[in-house]
Amino acid sequence: MTGFARHRRSGRVIANFTGFEADLLRSLASQLVELLRNERAVPLDDVDPLEALLDFSGPTTEPEDPVLRRLFPTAYADDEESAAEFRRFTEGSLRDGKERTAIAVIDALEEAGLPPELTEDGLMIDVELTEPEAESWLRAFTDMRLAIATRLEVEEGDEEYWLSLPDEDPRSQAHDIYDWVGYLQETLVLALTN
Amino acid sequence: MALVSAPSPVEVEPDLDPDELTFLDKPWVTVVWNDPVNLMSYVAYVFGKYFGYSRKKSEKLMLQVHHEGRSVVSTGTREAMERDVQAMHEYGLWATMERAT
Repeated sequence: MTGFARHRRSGRVIANFTGFEADLLRSLASQLVELLRNERAVPLDDVDPLEALLDFSGPTTEPEDPVLRRLFPTAYADDEESAAEFRRFTEGSLRDGKERTAIAVIDALEEAGLPPELTEDGLMIDVELTEPEAESWLRAFTDMRLAIATRLEVEEGDEEYWLSLPDEDPRSQAHDIYDWVGYLQETLVLALTN
Repeated sequence: MALVSAPSPVEVEPDLDPDELTFLDKPWVTVVWNDPVNLMSYVAYVFGKYFGYSRKKSEKLMLQVHHEGRSVVSTGTREAMERDVQAMHEYGLWATMERAT
């Protein structure tokens, strides 16, 4: 996995994912879609602990859901009325926009050959993005990272803590995925700016 | 050059609220806050892409967010700042707006 790079001749942004990586990205994007649609992706009982941690598609009927609070921050810190108005006028389109970018990632992966169910070993998925598509991916990566980090309660400068967790700890595994999406995003920003 | 035309009757709306005379107001600002998640490179990219700032200015604002916890990234009317805040939220940055001090 080498992240994103700019293809010199076509100007497109390209990346090669293993089937596993592509499937993981699709799963994160799908959970984002479910979260934004006010639905629960999977029932929370009977799931394995790693899955539960990566499942940021919790109930959204309660506005206190911390992931939604982070995705749709309050615009006016000291003015409740203006903040409510702003939310009323913007949250719907923000939600739709974030849903569209997540769906764009899923569609691109499937168009690049990711089957509905990953069964084949050694499958490679090559994606090739135009600049506007790449911008959608950047936004989707951000939303995925915000969602995972909020569930994990990631804080500034806490890298040591995550490194100290045993590998088999599901929180450590979720944090590895968070880091990996960060790596992808970093290479995508570089590909777009250089 | 503008010409002053003959005075014509000007009607002042009787129920005009002085608070709505925005041209006398201080401008508003969009503030981006530090968060532990967003990458420094991405934050600078967003400032360049959305506001059209130079790489140097974008990086300076990004570093201000990083080191000081917040940075004023744009100034203007309330409506313009609402658009900017919404755009920052689309990009996943934590942004608020307030009156300029």
